[in-house]
Amino acid sequence: MTEIVVSQTPPMLHGPTEKEKKYDRQLRLWAASGQAALESANILLVNSGAGTVGVETLKNLVLPGIGKFTIADDALVNEADLGVNFFLDESSLGRLRSECCTKLLQELNPEVQGDWFPKEKGPLDLANVLETSPIFTLIIYTNPIRKEDLATIEAYSSQHRTPVISIHSAGFYSYFRIALPGTFPIVDTHPEVEKTADLRLLNPWPELVEFAKEMTRNIDALDDHEHGHVPYVVILLHYLEQWRQSHSGENPNGFKDKTEFGKLVTRGARTNNPEGGEENFQEAVAAINKNIKAPELEAGVEEVFNHQVSDEAELESMFWVIARAIKQFYHKHGCLPLPGALPDMKAQSSVYVKLQSIYKAKARKDAQEVLETVRASPGGKDVDPTEVDLFCKNARFVKLINAKPRQLNLSQVFDTEKASDEEAEAMKVATCGAFSLPASNFFIYLALTATAHNPAATAEEIVSTITNAVPEAAGHERLWQVAQEVARAGGGELHNISAITGGMVAQEMIKIITKQYIPIDDTCIFDGISSRCQVLRL
Amino acid sequence: MATTAASTGPSRWQYLDKIRRNPGPFNQDSDVGDEALAAQDKAKILVIGAGGLGCEILKDLALSRFKDIHVIDMDTIDISNLNRQFLFRQDDVGKFKAEVAAAFVEKRVKGTKITAHNGRIQDFNEDFYMQFQIVVCGLDSIEARRWINAMLVNMVDMEDQDSLKPLIDGGTEGFKGQTRVIFPTLTPCIECQLDLYTPRAAVPLCTLATIPRQPEHCIEWAHIIAWEEQKPFPNLDKDDPEHITWLYQKASARAQEFGISGVTYSLTQGVVKNIIPAIASTNAIIAASCCNEALKIATTAAPALGFEESYMMYSGDDSIYTSTFKYDKKPDCTVCGEVAKPLQVDPKMTLKELLDSFALKADLQLKKPSIRAEGKTLYMQFPPSIEEQTRPNLEKTLQQDLGLDVGHEVVVTDPAFPTLTFRFILSFV
Repeated sequence: MTEIVVSQTPPMLHGPTEKEKKYDRQLRLWAASGQAALESANILLVNSGAGTVGVETLKNLVLPGIGKFTIADDALVNEADLGVNFFLDESSLGRLRSECCTKLLQELNPEVQGDWFPKEKGPLDLANVLETSPIFTLIIYTNPIRKEDLATIEAYSSQHRTPVISIHSAGFYSYFRIALPGTFPIVDTHPEVEKTADLRLLNPWPELVEFAKEMTRNIDALDDHEHGHVPYVVILLHYLEQWRQSHSGENPNGFKDKTEFGKLVTRGARTNNPEGGEENFQEAVAAINKNIKAPELEAGVEEVFNHQVSDEAELESMFWVIARAIKQFYHKHGCLPLPGALPDMKAQSSVYVKLQSIYKAKARKDAQEVLETVRASPGGKDVDPTEVDLFCKNARFVKLINAKPRQLNLSQVFDTEKASDEEAEAMKVATCGAFSLPASNFFIYLALTATAHNPAATAEEIVSTITNAVPEAAGHERLWQVAQEVARAGGGELHNISAITGGMVAQEMIKIITKQYIPIDDTCIFDGISSRCQVLRL
Repeated sequence: MATTAASTGPSRWQYLDKIRRNPGPFNQDSDVGDEALAAQDKAKILVIGAGGLGCEILKDLALSRFKDIHVIDMDTIDISNLNRQFLFRQDDVGKFKAEVAAAFVEKRVKGTKITAHNGRIQDFNEDFYMQFQIVVCGLDSIEARRWINAMLVNMVDMEDQDSLKPLIDGGTEGFKGQTRVIFPTLTPCIECQLDLYTPRAAVPLCTLATIPRQPEHCIEWAHIIAWEEQKPFPNLDKDDPEHITWLYQKASARAQEFGISGVTYSLTQGVVKNIIPAIASTNAIIAASCCNEALKIATTAAPALGFEESYMMYSGDDSIYTSTFKYDKKPDCTVCGEVAKPLQVDPKMTLKELLDSFALKADLQLKKPSIRAEGKTLYMQFPPSIEEQTRPNLEKTLQQDLGLDVGHEVVVTDPAFPTLTFRFILSFV
């Protein structure tokens, strides 16, 4: 309870620190908690090939202040690097690419630590790097990669439960895939503000009912000023009560009822004024559709409630202890804990503040109940109450990533994507081009993965590698085009495509490290010709 | 077809040249002869804005082998730029963005010439803009976008192909952003798509003055009312921490008086300066997407956005989602259209109410409109003598007092867009 008392005392009147000034534009997105998570992260990039997309990714993490990054790359800088990689210059030629990039990246932010391997020219011993370094929070590697390095990374990842992101950028195409250890739950998903209001008009609690009754007992006797400032929450509760009296206790249900109900509310507004109506009543009518409906669970919460926790590590995680307590709360009360926020609405200041405190008090009470359940359950004794508060506040929007099984059968994905392309084509023809859906990017993924260890493959070789794994792909026209396009790049990166991809990967890493917003699940394929992304679970 | 350069070891542009010199399945008819490719060497490209997007754009263009780049920006470097404007360091705070950014990229990527212009886009005339082949914008102001758009549309001379300058425009907010490509007069222009930006409705003054409910109301009260009454400093400088601290303290006191919580220094600054969250990664995505289009247009290495889909929207806060749209040109677009827009009004409205409504209309967004109807001046913002003469009209009603009627032609101008004339045909509700 202490944190609530603190928030009610007036804030200290001091300006921002130098660091807050520098990071102001990002703190508005992920707050101090997200920033702290970034600053304690330790990232490894295993770099290879044309070598730009990974470095571009790091740039976007060094700037916002990642704790530490390490580049493992034994390539020596050549002329071709200078035409694609911004974090090298003429003086880098012939030197270790890992060292040169690290030093120029570090210039971007003196608060970030950087390191590189190997220390001397010569082959990279990745196993040794992983053994001798502090535990990595996250590893990224770029294709093409040596098979033995890939095996080393995978072994490390499964031992330390480290998320791994693979990236491949070639010509106008790229993809990246996030491999997370086990399910990844997110509480702080930052839903759009317009979606978050939860007013409980159909299942109000006694304090709210009492407050509304008190205000509207003599609604017709209120003077015009008071009448024009009754908050819309109170107006709706008042007319809902009236409606139920004339509809044998039933709430307005369905479109027709709601339209009728809207008319009932509108008739309550006074029109003997220059505006010919009242703003608070207009707000009330506008709020009907969104707020007068039976509570239903969002798909994300449903998935959390139904998820069978099987993994040892997951069993111990506080997320699941709290999730179970919330599920128990839901089954007992038929609704989730109240988030407690009240949207702005026309009202007198004091009335609004009172109404706000009624919502907050109920939210606090709900959170307290969940907290007690958590404390009484195994593993929940030492829970941080702020974690419970945050969960209760965001309960409607929690989300589970990496929970569904991977689609290991690429032939199946191929058939699905091919069918959806054919459907899109048929639709385009039927509507004379007026309605068209984007073509699948899955074939780009197939063609890029076919060059994962062989960047110089010809289009024929790419198609033959693919048809070995996915026989259905033989003769597919778009796959042939895409294979030609990948072969055209010959394993070379285009700076723009790598910069776009590096931006996307950095966004995803920030989401994973801060546990805020919702990461992709789990592969994003980018087509720089049509400027489109597609996310697939692969 | 076969290249002989392979024996001399890797060349600087070998990755790019694989794409430039070998047509792919989606640009089979492209001319990849030396002469066609040399055109890119000679291309002059203009970057507007050297901020979050601008820094990235300069890097991306240089590494796309554009050799003659100009950049315009009037701003100087602030400490809050350093989390994403990666060409600037702590020691650069206070210097001109365009100058520092240009010097940095020129030094890093040898063979690139970058000319900096520390000034406003409005300081340059048609002759200046005519020298470029492509314009790439990384701006945070809608007004500046509208200005350059109008300039580039007006410059098009149907007899002279070179007068048509493709305009590539990027914008970001938090994890989201957009890229669009405009071929002035041929494809929908920025003014045609103006209604994509919804103007923010201001909080009514009476709420601020008498019934604040939100921390933002207290801050706006300090900003609009308390500051004007008390004038603690001669002019409000939104970048001066002392001024923001004054507003913050006023807002805090007012919030306490009304029992409202949530006023912080950061929120005060955010509301007063209308701060949009910005991060390096989103800028990287959008800037590179713009430059990818520039490269495709300059080299025909792949089909570019523009004539079919012209607009790419990126959203990264809930998974990753992109969509590309095809917009239609608006025949009544003020900038690139040929017919007057319909204007439907309440005949009992006063002229002032009509003018105020222009600020919030999504397809207009005019803050200082002057208005004429049927050749008669109804209200002019400038010069002061005419303003004074026409001011009494503001309180008059449109039909009864001013004699406006259905079918009348109404002409509106605004000093922010000196080259634009907004023409309307009046109708009544």
